[in-house]
Amino acid sequence: MFGTRIHGRGGQGSVTAADMLSLAAFNEGRHAQAFPSFGSERTGAPVVAYCRIDERPIRTREPIDRPDALIVLDPTLLAQVDILTGLPADAFVLVNSTKDPADLGLEDFLSSHRRERLLTVPATDIALRRIGRPVPNVALLGGFAAMTGLVELESVGAAARQRFPGEIGHHNAAAAAEAFEYVTAEQADLAQPVPRPAGAGTHRATRQQESMADQS
Amino acid sequence: MRQQIEGSQAVARAVALARPEVICAYPISPQTHIVETLSRIVESGDLEPCEFINVESEFAAMSVAIGASAAGARAYTATASQGLLFMVEAVYNAAGLGLPIVMTVANRAIGAPINIWNDHSDAMSQRDSGWIQLYAQDNQEAVDLHIQAFRLAEEMSLPVMVCMDGFILTHATEMVDLPEQELVDRFLPPFEPRQVLDPEDPVSIGAMVGPEAFTEVRYLAHLRHLDALAAIPRLSEDFREATGRDSGGLVSDYRLADADIAVVALGSVLGTIKDAVDELRDDGMRVGVLGITTFRPFPKAAARAALGHVRRMVVLEKAFSPGVGGIVTEDIRSSMGCSIPMNTVVAGLGGRPITKDSLLRMLREAAGGHLGALSFLDLDEDVVAAERAAVATTAATSPTAARTVRRPR
Repeated sequence: MFGTRIHGRGGQGSVTAADMLSLAAFNEGRHAQAFPSFGSERTGAPVVAYCRIDERPIRTREPIDRPDALIVLDPTLLAQVDILTGLPADAFVLVNSTKDPADLGLEDFLSSHRRERLLTVPATDIALRRIGRPVPNVALLGGFAAMTGLVELESVGAAARQRFPGEIGHHNAAAAAEAFEYVTAEQADLAQPVPRPAGAGTHRATRQQESMADQS
Repeated sequence: MRQQIEGSQAVARAVALARPEVICAYPISPQTHIVETLSRIVESGDLEPCEFINVESEFAAMSVAIGASAAGARAYTATASQGLLFMVEAVYNAAGLGLPIVMTVANRAIGAPINIWNDHSDAMSQRDSGWIQLYAQDNQEAVDLHIQAFRLAEEMSLPVMVCMDGFILTHATEMVDLPEQELVDRFLPPFEPRQVLDPEDPVSIGAMVGPEAFTEVRYLAHLRHLDALAAIPRLSEDFREATGRDSGGLVSDYRLADADIAVVALGSVLGTIKDAVDELRDDGMRVGVLGITTFRPFPKAAARAALGHVRRMVVLEKAFSPGVGGIVTEDIRSSMGCSIPMNTVVAGLGGRPITKDSLLRMLREAAGGHLGALSFLDLDEDVVAAERAAVATTAATSPTAARTVRRPR
């Protein structure tokens, strides 16, 4: 059983992200359960959604207290909501941010956490370019596929096209693919550390722009 | 076809497969996605003939369902919580008139204080309304129960409430096998009403019945409920033959045959309980589960047959009767005809998560004989004690609920 917890704000598509992650797993013939932790929903309020994936039918209905992975759609939540407490040291954490993970203000957390399992991806920027709307959820799922290997990028793309028929689905799938590449490159950077000058992180942004130029 | 789908949408599609002719509903969380989806299905023209009637309240929703059903239409509505309470007068009338309406209750707590989350207080408040009540364990069963409910309602000429846990099931996306239309059409023949309001041949229904016959009318309704106890397993078996799935029926059991301790519960919490039971079994504790699928009529004989051999019963309830304790507990107790030690555990009120860890701790206490006759799972004793002390020593200046929320934990 692999448990993912998704933190975002009302309107960012956290609940849809959990649904689509479950759909991606279903597309691969696995069992999955996605559910929200609803409050009185309103735009901008913190929202939590969950997704369990397993090879066997899933019976439990409790929230996921000790997730194997976190997806954070809004990095401002890191300062406001107790998201990271109790997280296992080997849990995956993917944050929607243009910053380098080292610049998120999570020094305490990083000191006890596997470095390569805290990654960022500029999912809102990618969504704005690819979809034209600041909805980072599907892009993050693409990055999540690269980070965890839990689901294939193709399954995420198929889920996006199933959930959003037509152009929107294709644009979302493209956003997922771009985030997948970004995170894959980020992992490669970490696997082969090079001395980085002050202002770390810019090299990746540069490469990202080059990559965009290639595609356009 | 198997698909990964939200519970509400799956249930809406199942209801559409049953070809209702009138759908009337008023939105209330957590039922709203069901009727939203149905309104789209009706609008699309895929479900004809069917009229979707927007009503101005839940009282109107049930009143329209009564009128539609009495005029010979297959009628459906859905509600939850305060919405169910608001339609209560009509809920009793639907049962008294013997109208085979099917209603989804997306179970939710009742205020005050306002709470939108899941427990069983709403449906339990209608325990004695004369409706059949079925409780779904998961979204597959919610789908299957709705299809069975229409046939059951129409065969028995009784209304049926299909209860599914609000948010926990209605908003959960999981795999559901939605039956094909042909299969549902074979299982569920067109509605042949026992009584029809027809302008060409006018009659009155629901007319005054005085003391000379009211007892007999009520007793006949009781007999129909007892008849339903035989019909429900038969329909479940027919459904199994058609689909290959075990769903519905009176009760379900899990690892119960050789159990010393039985956990009795209703609805989606059975899944978490089964996970806890597996873990306790690995530790050598002989524990099993009895799920109550049909709560009204209460399957006394089935419960007795399933539980007669156990040494202790733990009844886990998502509602309770203040000043008394368990509601389901009393039905189980009266079913047994012998005294087996029982613990009532009230859990999951107002959406508090029922975790496997809490269940394991509670069941180990129960097995050791350390659990009280009535307990509330994960109750914060400190908050309760502090509030009791505050009320005893000071003039209250704010409502208990407000202070309880603000108290540091």
